[in-house]
Amino acid sequence: MNSDLMVLTVLVGILTSGIRLATPYLYASIGETLGQRSGVLNLGLDGQMLLGAFAAFYVAFTTGNLWLGLLAAIIIGGLMGLAMAFVSVTLQAEQGISGIGFYLFGLGLSDLLFQETLGTVETVKGFPPIHIPILSDLPILGPVLFSHNIMVYMAYLLVPIAWYILNKTVFGLKIRSVGENPAAADSLGVSVGRVRYVTVTFAGMLSGLAGASLSIALLNVFQQNLTNGIGFIAVALVYFGGWRPLGVLIGSLLFSMVNSLQLWVQVLGLPIPSDIAVMMPYVLTILVLVVAGQRVRGPTALGKPFERGE
Amino acid sequence: MKNPPLTTPRIDKLYNILMPLLATLLALIVGSVMLILLGVNPIEAYKALLEGAFGSKNAIADTIVKATPLLLVGVGICIAFRGGVINIGGEGQLVVGALSATFLGLSFPDAPGWLIIPLALLAGFLGGAVWGGIPGVLKAYFNVNEILSTIMMNQIAVQGMNFLLRGPMIDPVQLEAASKIPQTARLARLFDLPRLVPTRLHLGAALAILAAILVYILLWKTTTGYRIRAVGLNQYASRYAGINVKRYIVLSLLLSGAFAGLAGAVQVYGVNHRMFTDGSATGFTGSAGFNGIVAALFGQLHPIGTIPASFFFGGLLVGANAMQRAMQVPSALITALNGLLVVFVVSSEIFRRRLTRKRMMQITEESPPVIEAEATP
Repeated sequence: MNSDLMVLTVLVGILTSGIRLATPYLYASIGETLGQRSGVLNLGLDGQMLLGAFAAFYVAFTTGNLWLGLLAAIIIGGLMGLAMAFVSVTLQAEQGISGIGFYLFGLGLSDLLFQETLGTVETVKGFPPIHIPILSDLPILGPVLFSHNIMVYMAYLLVPIAWYILNKTVFGLKIRSVGENPAAADSLGVSVGRVRYVTVTFAGMLSGLAGASLSIALLNVFQQNLTNGIGFIAVALVYFGGWRPLGVLIGSLLFSMVNSLQLWVQVLGLPIPSDIAVMMPYVLTILVLVVAGQRVRGPTALGKPFERGE
Repeated sequence: MKNPPLTTPRIDKLYNILMPLLATLLALIVGSVMLILLGVNPIEAYKALLEGAFGSKNAIADTIVKATPLLLVGVGICIAFRGGVINIGGEGQLVVGALSATFLGLSFPDAPGWLIIPLALLAGFLGGAVWGGIPGVLKAYFNVNEILSTIMMNQIAVQGMNFLLRGPMIDPVQLEAASKIPQTARLARLFDLPRLVPTRLHLGAALAILAAILVYILLWKTTTGYRIRAVGLNQYASRYAGINVKRYIVLSLLLSGAFAGLAGAVQVYGVNHRMFTDGSATGFTGSAGFNGIVAALFGQLHPIGTIPASFFFGGLLVGANAMQRAMQVPSALITALNGLLVVFVVSSEIFRRRLTRKRMMQITEESPPVIEAEATP
């Protein structure tokens, strides 16, 4: 009886933190989905996230206002997105490599600013959990689904919003057409460049939020290389999810649940090497890509700069 | 009849030198602005950087030691990018190469150095080849994007390293101690790569230069290299010409990984003499897997061009630490500037393409197509 209760508590704990931990993956990979559907591969997500995380933390730490922190993360992420758009759309640079450049830039600059302004690891009081009335009192489901902070709820809300934008709006149609056949879209009067600028800049803003969700909502600290590669995983999740928001959600949950599980394995002191547990989602992603690679096809123009024909 | 194509290589060569220089200048200017914002005199900071990197015999030796893994990773990157595949997996390949080489050395502590050193380098080369070859097979035969699979392979390698260094391969001394620092035992001193002059400079640097020359010969003087480059330029045309495209995709990634793996082995036997981890890849690699890409791009994806480029970036890394000590400027500044350099270099490609196109149009205007000329009655 007692051990049953224990198992239940642990299970609820794993699920709850799994739901929470999906947050940064969701912001980043939903943004990247929109960008890739328009034909731009942005590998620099992790750098955008790091700068967003720093901006949010620094502003929240100095002003005490979390919302100003979020705003700062959106602005910085948006600027990084705009820069990526300029390089990949206007200058037509090879996207995979310029993304690595932006990653190194974000990694270095966020570390530099951290050392120059804060110097040591500080903490902020992040967004408090919002217990949704009635629903949060439900057994099991209450703590797992309805007792999170605002950043977590917003991340999940983003999934249907992105789906709606992509599939039910005129702009979504433009995004998809620009990613599939830019020449045809161009001949119909769609400005390929403008659409890509919008998606990549918006994706940058979301990456900034992804970083902020780490620094002022989940971990509530900033340190060097805080993201530790989450941005790269987010890019992979887009492929994993077959460029669909729902697929991306499933992928994000898979990663976060396994991470949560391995945290609990450590907490409970189970004799499973946590490094091997952490490795599993990556192995699984490769396997999924092998299976998906046979049938799911990405946007045709992905990674190819567009130039009006002569 | 005029012959414009004959004059073109000179312009291209000029471009190859001019563009990296302009990109560097631009990055230095941005760096100056950042330094001024930090309240540091940029001229003094750059002076400290230059002196730290090239100011003395020891400084130059350190720069070459730092440049060695960049060059080895970089020549691998030249193969991959020339073959039309993007290898982001240098970090993981380097780690696996280092692990393989370390494992070999720890397994035969009493064997003679002349036997173990070459075998360990080979083990590193093969370990990296496996880690690069897997994404190659996945791309060629399963249509898996190599950018993603190499990123995943990086993460798998890091977790594997953490597991091995915390458990099976941990230094027995650390296992006894309370600290349990995740590192292997020190390799036998007989296995240290020979030092070249009385500095930290070791044989690995010479090996890296040799590797660059060999890869140059491979890519430009052999049929295999010709095919690798042909596949990189145009897969469809290559297939039409009877080249087994899939095989060359695998080969490009495999060789690219192999040289990164060799870099890992050289790093262990030449510098650290053991493996250690701080939980991330960077702790061991110092981001050489990424910086090698930067160096190769800077060397215009030419193995010989990558030699000075690696020396330059090795100097930046060594100088950044000197600058940090002298001026209290975090060396992270140099990481940020490295990133900007990459962005500038790839962005500048558009000017070369425009130039090429203009030239092509000139050629067609000056010598009208033969068919048209014959068609006139």
